[in-house]
Amino acid sequence: MGINKKTQSCLAGIALMVWSRMALAAWEFNFQSPATKAAQTVIDLHNLMMIIIVVIFIGVFAVMFYSVFKHRKSRGHQAAQFHDNTMVEIAWTVVPLLILVAMAWPATKALLNMRDTSQADITIKATGYQWKWGYDYLKGEGEGIKFMSLTTTPADQIRGTAAKGGNYLLEVDRHVVVPVGKKIRMLTTATDVIHSWWVPALAVKQDAIPGYVRDTWFKAEKEGIFRGQCAELCGKDHAFMPIVVEVVSAEKYSQWVGEQKKQMAAAADEGGKTYSLNELMSRGEKVYAANCVACHQANGKGLPPAFPALDGSKLAKGPKKDHIAIVLNGKPNTAMAAYGGQLGDGDIAAVVTYERNAWGNKTGDMVQPADIQAARK
Amino acid sequence: MNKQRNADNRRVLVRMLVVAVLMFGFGYAMVPMYQKFCEVTGINNLLNADDPLRNTQVDTSRTVTVEFDANLHGLPWSFKPGQSSVEVHPGELVHVVYRVSNTRDHAVTGQAIPSYGPQLAAAHFRKLECFCFTRQTLGPGESREMPVVFVIDPALPEDVNTITLSYTFFEVAGTLAEPASKPARPGA
Amino acid sequence: MEATHVHGAGHAHGDDHSHHPKGIMRWITTTNHKDIGTMYLWFSFAMFMVGGAMALIIRAELFQPGLQYVEPEFFNQMITLHGLIMVFGAIMPAFVGFANWMIPMMIGAPDMAFARMNNWSFWLLPPAGILLTASMFVPGGAAGTGWTLYPPLSIQMGIGMDMAIFAVHILGMSSIMGSINIVTTILNLRAPGMTLMRMPMFCWTWLITGYLLIAVMPVLAGAVTMILTDRHFGTSFFSAAGGGDPVLFQHIFWFFGHPEVYIIALPAFGVVSHVIPAFARKPLFGYTSMVYAIASIALISFIVWAHHMYVVGMPVAGQLYFMYATILIAVPTGVKVFNWVATMWRGSMTFETPMLFALGFLFLFTIGGFTGLVLSNTAVDVQLQDTYYVVAHFHYVMVAGALFSAFAAVYYWLPKWTGHMYDETLGKWHFWLSLISFNIAFFPQHFLGLAGMPRRIPDYALQFTDFNQVSTFGAFGFGLSQLLFLYVVLKTIRGGEKAAAKPWEGATGLEWTLPSPAPYHTFEEPPVLSEAKGHA
Repeated sequence: MGINKKTQSCLAGIALMVWSRMALAAWEFNFQSPATKAAQTVIDLHNLMMIIIVVIFIGVFAVMFYSVFKHRKSRGHQAAQFHDNTMVEIAWTVVPLLILVAMAWPATKALLNMRDTSQADITIKATGYQWKWGYDYLKGEGEGIKFMSLTTTPADQIRGTAAKGGNYLLEVDRHVVVPVGKKIRMLTTATDVIHSWWVPALAVKQDAIPGYVRDTWFKAEKEGIFRGQCAELCGKDHAFMPIVVEVVSAEKYSQWVGEQKKQMAAAADEGGKTYSLNELMSRGEKVYAANCVACHQANGKGLPPAFPALDGSKLAKGPKKDHIAIVLNGKPNTAMAAYGGQLGDGDIAAVVTYERNAWGNKTGDMVQPADIQAARK
Repeated sequence: MNKQRNADNRRVLVRMLVVAVLMFGFGYAMVPMYQKFCEVTGINNLLNADDPLRNTQVDTSRTVTVEFDANLHGLPWSFKPGQSSVEVHPGELVHVVYRVSNTRDHAVTGQAIPSYGPQLAAAHFRKLECFCFTRQTLGPGESREMPVVFVIDPALPEDVNTITLSYTFFEVAGTLAEPASKPARPGA
Repeated sequence: MEATHVHGAGHAHGDDHSHHPKGIMRWITTTNHKDIGTMYLWFSFAMFMVGGAMALIIRAELFQPGLQYVEPEFFNQMITLHGLIMVFGAIMPAFVGFANWMIPMMIGAPDMAFARMNNWSFWLLPPAGILLTASMFVPGGAAGTGWTLYPPLSIQMGIGMDMAIFAVHILGMSSIMGSINIVTTILNLRAPGMTLMRMPMFCWTWLITGYLLIAVMPVLAGAVTMILTDRHFGTSFFSAAGGGDPVLFQHIFWFFGHPEVYIIALPAFGVVSHVIPAFARKPLFGYTSMVYAIASIALISFIVWAHHMYVVGMPVAGQLYFMYATILIAVPTGVKVFNWVATMWRGSMTFETPMLFALGFLFLFTIGGFTGLVLSNTAVDVQLQDTYYVVAHFHYVMVAGALFSAFAAVYYWLPKWTGHMYDETLGKWHFWLSLISFNIAFFPQHFLGLAGMPRRIPDYALQFTDFNQVSTFGAFGFGLSQLLFLYVVLKTIRGGEKAAAKPWEGATGLEWTLPSPAPYHTFEEPPVLSEAKGHA
């Protein structure tokens, strides 16, 4: 009995500790507040299943614990010797079967609705990269908009040298903006490995598979910002490629589309501009921090052997042409992606300039957008 | 007695080994089976021209929006559909183009892989001509317009009114891919 | 039922070691099923400690948001090795160890059918374990893909991936040889009069598990071989560039992977079907339906694999089919749970450590089964796939299921193996500590998954902090509790109260007719079973 007493006091201690912590913090224990009908359906379905499960569970274990307390030797209970009862056995095969069929019915209905991607208003393609998401608005209002969306959580927050912000790990530089009440069809694909596009509040999760497109949809019922993460292990920075969907009113959406179009037009004719070294360096540092730092590191030392150093590398100190070519086209069979399709001429010019002048690489070289435009030909 | 038992044991051993070897083969057999399954159900008919529909009736009562999408997988090309979408009637023969150009100063060979959203549309999407049936080699700086000719099977389920046709171009390097002029049968 | 006559039990003791090498060579060359069983069990425990240490590294990193102790690459290697080592190095060898020790004694056979092969199948394991563990130290580190080894990520990995593939090959070969041995032993070496339907339940579960293993381990070997050739020999099974499909790997892997779950669970069911009747002093309820339930679980396990991949974008008809098939598994599983409860009903129960672990198994495995039912529902699974809910679910099945049942087996059979009774007080301490800390570690993970925390991440958003801290706290408690288990076992081996031939009042079966500890050679002449009805 001593063991039980000790166990009890131990349990009480733990319970007390857990309870006092509970009073202080927000203990998220259930689905996020739903923003689509599908998400609400999932919650309802889950609640229904939980009720059935808990009732069966309590039923079965009430019998077991009754038996455990009453039919014990220490109470002098004599063992019966029965070991078969066909009727009972048939009953507990058939009854669960019926319950399961009853459960499968609403599940089927919910699923069929979830997979119906027809009659969409806007089609957006999400492309998974190691480790960021790219978005193309393919059809509907905003057609032609494309951008990359990168995490903005700074390294010093991750490393614990700065206080963590409220949206730690769930913040990106550019949100996927969509209008409220419109059916958005999401296509997913990937360039390198399998990723998965997941926003819990929208109840959308779809694997993004290199070489293939998959589709899913959502229709947000309320405005707001909804955050999700990549849900399929995709390598080193799997935890650091969040997804942020911003649902806005129809007017705000049109306004956003207008702004995006203007910015894209501005970026497109950057080829004629020239910048000073300082301008290129400060812009390049930002581009580097967003795109390159995960592998080549802030100090340019990389993580050899997978991710080579840039500081003092032959590439960064050699001919400009080769350096630009690698950034534009990537390096086959390595993690080095082709940035030609992801970044504009100005950004690539800036980041190449930065890499050739940062750390110990003081080459003094400048690369202008026109050089990139020429290299793309 | 002992001899008999050893013989029995050996018989079971041999049978089990045969099963194990067969199951190893079954793992590999899943590859063509999967391919066949996808072809039959139309999920992934990658590289063969589909049979043209016989006695095609154009169903003018329905309009289907076909969207076009293009992806590059590590290729220094530019690759875009000539049109972002078209409205078609099921049964109607449709011509579209994709534009591709090589930005490198040497020839590059690529292979395009088609894919559909929603997937079930694939079974009803018949490509009669497509640049994805063969590899494409582009000379230095070369640009090309590549045609796709397709027809949507009128048997397409009623509730599908939008189909996305998406291509991904992969670079064919010595080690990367196998001859794609034949129907793909990986490892064969 | 009693064996009326046991030959070769006592007098065989004399010539035990006379023609056997001593020291290390005894263990390397042994063909004795008891020696080999012992080696399997110690190997399994060693791997359990290694895999457990990795789990604690994972949990330590997850104690707080942010990166504290390990880099993300290393974290991914830990989750991969933890999974592979626990599944292939700890749980599976443990049950093969029990089978080696107990099945010949349960069916009245002198040894396993292929004694030499038995030796080989064990000695393949240590090199595989070393290969896996050593892959951490090669350039680029171990595979960081998770135990599922999905391409194209696994194509990107370094040499550690190739080492993992070879390790899986070796482990697969070992399991296939082991299961051929067990199946042949059960089919051919049963004592006269022991028909299949009079066989102990543990033998039944292993017979079916053996068939499952022989059917699916080669499929896994094929899948990883394809990854190997994709990596190095220019094939493109799983690369869209060459006409392959990355999703194909997932189909092949889970065609192996789902039966694998039952390969682990079925022998655990077998153990529990011995322990509960023994301590309820009442025969197992519904022996026949139990056999049918096991067989149907095994069969259905072949046709449900794609419920692990609801969100890869399969056609909706596929999702519906796999949902219905998966739901169906709940029926035979339910039958088993009901049978165990009915076995206890109106028994005369005592609660020694094996019984406690069996009850813990029953309670927690049922929770794991129910969360499995939730996950089988495709619409709900879209939200839960690849979240901590799944992590909680399979740890309830694997740890509270298979591991608790393995603990029950060790405590139940330890007197037979060592000739000593274990320390009951410490055994109960081990149970209660394990039970409580396990639940503290894994129950909160259900909440994390529901709230939206993805699995396989070294760092997480702030709202997940609280439950992660509780979970880490529990995980360390669970890990440390297992040191107590080691102590109890060592103490029992060294001495303790002498165990009777049948230390458990309600135990039945041939193994209890042998003296404790069981002599080196047993049943050299098959025992004669009485004509009485009922199974052994």
